[in-house]
Amino acid sequence: MNFPKDLRYSEEHEWVKVEEGNTVRIGITDFAQDELGDIVFVELPEVGDDISADEPFGSVESVKTVSELYAPISGKVVAINEDLDDSPELVNESAYEKAWMIVVEVSDTAEIDKLMTAEQYEEMTKED
Amino acid sequence: MGDLKQTPLFNVYSEHGGKVIDFGGWALPVQFSRIGEEHEAVRSKAGLFDVSHMGEFEVTGEQAEAFLQYMLTNDVTKLKVGGAQYTVMCYENGGTVDDLLVYKQGDNHFLLVVNASNIDKDFDWLQSHLTEGVTLRNISDETAQLALQGPKAEVILQKLTDLDLSTLSFFTFKENVDLRGVKALVSRTGYTGEDGFELYCHRDDVVQLWNMLIEEGKEEGLLPCGLGARDTLRFEAKLALYGQELTKDITPIEAGIGFAVKTDKEADFIGKDVLKQQKEEGAPRKLVGIEMIDKGIPRSHYQVYQGEALIGEVTTGTQSPTLKKNLGLALLNKEHATLGTEVDVHIRQKVLKAVVVKAPFYKRNA
Repeated sequence: MNFPKDLRYSEEHEWVKVEEGNTVRIGITDFAQDELGDIVFVELPEVGDDISADEPFGSVESVKTVSELYAPISGKVVAINEDLDDSPELVNESAYEKAWMIVVEVSDTAEIDKLMTAEQYEEMTKED
Repeated sequence: MGDLKQTPLFNVYSEHGGKVIDFGGWALPVQFSRIGEEHEAVRSKAGLFDVSHMGEFEVTGEQAEAFLQYMLTNDVTKLKVGGAQYTVMCYENGGTVDDLLVYKQGDNHFLLVVNASNIDKDFDWLQSHLTEGVTLRNISDETAQLALQGPKAEVILQKLTDLDLSTLSFFTFKENVDLRGVKALVSRTGYTGEDGFELYCHRDDVVQLWNMLIEEGKEEGLLPCGLGARDTLRFEAKLALYGQELTKDITPIEAGIGFAVKTDKEADFIGKDVLKQQKEEGAPRKLVGIEMIDKGIPRSHYQVYQGEALIGEVTTGTQSPTLKKNLGLALLNKEHATLGTEVDVHIRQKVLKAVVVKAPFYKRNA
């Protein structure tokens, strides 16, 4: 299981990568994709949508189940990964790179500091 | 998962990377590798499933056949010794108690195989209707079952036995078959839409049988498979799952398994009046296939509308691993159930278009 050190993590198994300006890139973790199994569908918001921390912003579906995606942070969606439309299996193959889901312009950067570090997140997955 | 029931194979799952879930009170593997991979193995090569959670009842005695003729919708008198039959047990109102297999082991000796989640309910239902000259015994605990399914199933199983398996036709079985030292009932049946076998043996022997099949199946590409693939395989083949396509509120005619309901058999049977009427006049609802036009995946209990009118609900849905399409089975009011009808599936907050299509979605080339 992979937990990149340069990312922050939410309790709902999303990763957050801080990028230039006030933007962050968001996806689901390696642990999450492994738990879900074969991903067959990813539903994302549209560019321009506002998302709020801890509220659902989309869903991922595996063969067996539907799981909501919960926003790790509040802000405005400035980009979505359209590749996931045709290739949802990227989430299984490359959770941290090719399967990024959305880029968000963060409204309150203090929210980033509340997210877990790689060590904390890894610890949490062991407790589950 | 300490309170969950386990099959004798529980400790073997982890050797193959099995991911265990709570399935109706049983700790069973949902997958070993990936559902899609296991599904594909069964369609093109072979897969091995632990289905020891299924229930087995023995029905014996001079009145056994007459008793089953009254309790079950199919015609038991058509079975020869060595034959298996898919059948249904109904309530008076035609709703379904369970769907099951009947094996005729002797003139006065039958084996019923029922769904794990219904073992207690079925046993009580049968017990409460028991007549003189019939003995009913629940042998679920001592009986284990494996399903070996896929086009390579015969080649693999043949390595373990002298019995010429090519002589065993679909829906027949042989008892006391020696599978390299393990005595088993070998049945040419399954729940995947592929050729294959269901193997019943004593619980003490099943680990040995599993290991032999895994070993002998390796070169044929056999994979251990979990409940996830079992569900997608049976779904594509439109094989009903109790709790979804069949419930106490759904009749077998509505669920499209009227072939297992012989309303013209001489004997009276529970539910006959309603089922006969539905067969003759058409049932109010019909199980159909739907294919999504808009992007989305239909799931159990999602409601289906046409405009403002609620016309039914999805019973099972997923992305078909074989066809890569977003498909569902849906129980719809019959006037909206014709092929080509466009319907709206309410998927969470969205209204998405789908069309009624032919099911089964998958049929093997026999």
